[in-house]
Amino acid sequence: MSEPILSLAGVTKSFAGVRALVKGEIDLYPGEVTALIGENGAGKSTLVKILTGVHHADGGDIRFNGEPVHIGSADNAGRLGISAIHQEAVVFDDLSVAENIFVTDRPRKRGMVDWATMRERARVILAELDPRIDPRMPMRQLSVAQKHLVQIARALSNEARIVIMDEPTAALSHREVEELFTIVRRLKAEGRAILFISHKFEEIFDVADRFAVFRDGAAVGQGLIRDVSRDQLIAMMVGRSVDQIFPKTTVPIGEELFRVEGLSRGEEFADVSFGLKRGEILGVYGLVGAGRSEVMQAIFGLTRADHGEINLEGRRLTIKAPEDAIGAGIAYVPEDRQIQGGILRFPITSNIALPSLSHLSHKGFMRRSDERALAEDYVTQLQIKTSGVSQRLEELSGGNQQKVVIAKWLATNPRVLIMDEPTKGIDVGAKTAVYRLMGEMVAQGLGIIMVSSELPEVMGMADRILVMRRGRLRATFTRAEATPESIVKAATDA
Amino acid sequence: MSTLSSSVPTRRTTSKPFTWRRLLRWETLLGLVVIADFLLNTKLSPYFLSPWTLSDASFNFTERAIMALPMALLIIAGEIDISVGSTMAMASVLMGLVAKAGFGTPMVCVTGIVVGVFAGGINGVLVTVFRVPSIVATIGTLSLFRGIAYAVIGDGVLKSYKPDFAYFGQGYVWGPVSFELVLFAALAIVFAIVLHTTVIGRRIFAIGANPVAARLSGIRVDAYKFWIFVLLGAVSGLASVLLTSRLGSTRPSIATGWELEVITMVILGGISIDGGQGSILGVVLSALLIGLVTFGLSLLNVPGIVLAIVTGGLLIGVVALSSIVGYSGRRRRH
Repeated sequence: MSEPILSLAGVTKSFAGVRALVKGEIDLYPGEVTALIGENGAGKSTLVKILTGVHHADGGDIRFNGEPVHIGSADNAGRLGISAIHQEAVVFDDLSVAENIFVTDRPRKRGMVDWATMRERARVILAELDPRIDPRMPMRQLSVAQKHLVQIARALSNEARIVIMDEPTAALSHREVEELFTIVRRLKAEGRAILFISHKFEEIFDVADRFAVFRDGAAVGQGLIRDVSRDQLIAMMVGRSVDQIFPKTTVPIGEELFRVEGLSRGEEFADVSFGLKRGEILGVYGLVGAGRSEVMQAIFGLTRADHGEINLEGRRLTIKAPEDAIGAGIAYVPEDRQIQGGILRFPITSNIALPSLSHLSHKGFMRRSDERALAEDYVTQLQIKTSGVSQRLEELSGGNQQKVVIAKWLATNPRVLIMDEPTKGIDVGAKTAVYRLMGEMVAQGLGIIMVSSELPEVMGMADRILVMRRGRLRATFTRAEATPESIVKAATDA
Repeated sequence: MSTLSSSVPTRRTTSKPFTWRRLLRWETLLGLVVIADFLLNTKLSPYFLSPWTLSDASFNFTERAIMALPMALLIIAGEIDISVGSTMAMASVLMGLVAKAGFGTPMVCVTGIVVGVFAGGINGVLVTVFRVPSIVATIGTLSLFRGIAYAVIGDGVLKSYKPDFAYFGQGYVWGPVSFELVLFAALAIVFAIVLHTTVIGRRIFAIGANPVAARLSGIRVDAYKFWIFVLLGAVSGLASVLLTSRLGSTRPSIATGWELEVITMVILGGISIDGGQGSILGVVLSALLIGLVTFGLSLLNVPGIVLAIVTGGLLIGVVALSSIVGYSGRRRRH
């Protein structure tokens, strides 16, 4: 067995007090594919960003061929021969294929770009990957799969010894995936080390030699793929005892509160129908791009569905814009709390008041004392950690920001609360606080629709689980019948 | 980082909302500069303190200051309109034609404002319906409106205004207090109340600070933006009435370059060019400051070209200063 070319031990990284990586450990071997597995938020992206020099590690040991190294910048990563192929192809659409391949080191002659050499070298590299790609073509004419190939060509052009592939198959068809794997096997045969990140177990078992599982920012298992089963990998991913993190309370489930019937919108989703009962938490699971957020945005009036109806308490709603949804009693805690959820520069008071201004004013004039009282009420109720309600949102931690966004929506007195990835990017303690809050809300008779890509969260909190794949509902599970395997199976093409 | 420390009552501070603290700092600074320049002008000229001199000085900036009020709203909402000077010219030309056709002063004034509303509506539709970035849309209408003004009267002059039309730009309400000054003061109060104490004002700030979050909070972002464009157009029409009345005639070159002077006033007043921040008090103070500085320099018989240099320098200096103040403002407390 050869020595690892790159070896990480005890690598840590925090962002604004939130620990993204607690114990980053992984070994990459030349001529082998190592699969990096973990849920969203497990620290995979942070690890990739440290390897590619985008982020500095706060601590820990990184060794290259046994020697301690400091990556720290994209230049250094390039010098070490680390090259990354990203999920969303990172390319320059307006430049030619050849320029994209040699984006950092253009061949030069007398200080000028040597176009002829550049095109010729690009042609040689591309000939092995996909001879249909002409180096002179503008990048935007290529398919997603071809853009990935150009990124691979970029890695080959600078003699990459370590190739990182971050969910390269997410946007590819079955045949394109096969073609990509042929290339992966060739890279492997040439002695390159490959770090392959994927959510799809079939692919992992198909192409990887080794695995490394991350959970909550820490490495929880490494080894050879042939020694593990899929169930063992899932168990490692999910890991922890579910009861500790998910304080699920038993709430009597009432009559049907909300119903969506036959909702469709263009290419985004089709024929989505489901009901929500009073006191129920309905989990909506699926991979990124399955159309879950798009459905919620249509319900909330951010976009308009082509077909279908939305009923609340037996009444058919006409929702053309968010203000209609809010008026009807629907609230939406969006996925990105910093861009969509709250206004970072505003104090807590104004953030909580924003959707309820008409109730906090008299004849159009703001009643600042009411506004303040409302904010103080929620700060106490939700235990928002702050030096005062005039503190600006951006000064709070992620978990407390999320509580402010939730408070903002509770203040509108909703009957249906849609939460899109409600605990994304907040630490475990804050997550539990948000879950507890969800329990209190349903106890008061609300219905919650929780969109989530985190399997344990869906299994830990939802009373019923809908699974979406490619814009359609594929399966429904009750809390009792749901297993990680059955949910993941419904969410992937397996 | 744990948020689970339960049942610890939150400490309540009694400080004012943060936005006020920040604003007061900026306005204090501006106020001090205004006083300094006032004293300087007093030293420069023995006539400066006479009420009539001060009244004359006010004509220097009131029309632009009036336009700066809705411009401040628009910039706070995250958009900009650089077509306002051309809107004034187009409004003035149409007023001239209406006067020439024999209509009386009321009809002339209505025409000016209606043309402004129309111009603002075009800008608003371009930005909110056709999604043209406001700077691009209004560069277009800047040329378009000015071009229309020239196309209609060429190098000619329109001056068939009735004698009573002169009141708006030249009249006095009481002693040396001009009609323009009273109008500016009244509008400034109305704008300050709307922006700082009403739901409408709060929503305008929210739209500029984060249009996505504002939309998701049920605010009709596009409707607000459209109506602010229309309001700014209407006020530009009003300013055109004042200026045309003061000059007593219309030329197509009227108010050339005013858009930049109006925007300068707004930015100098502490309104963030990124939107979401600022106050009407700041705009009023910066209008006073620009008026005082330019008048002080004219007392010294400084040529107009130097005035332009001073105004430009003032803007750059103050904005650079504001980013330093803004930086220290971020690091307050804890």
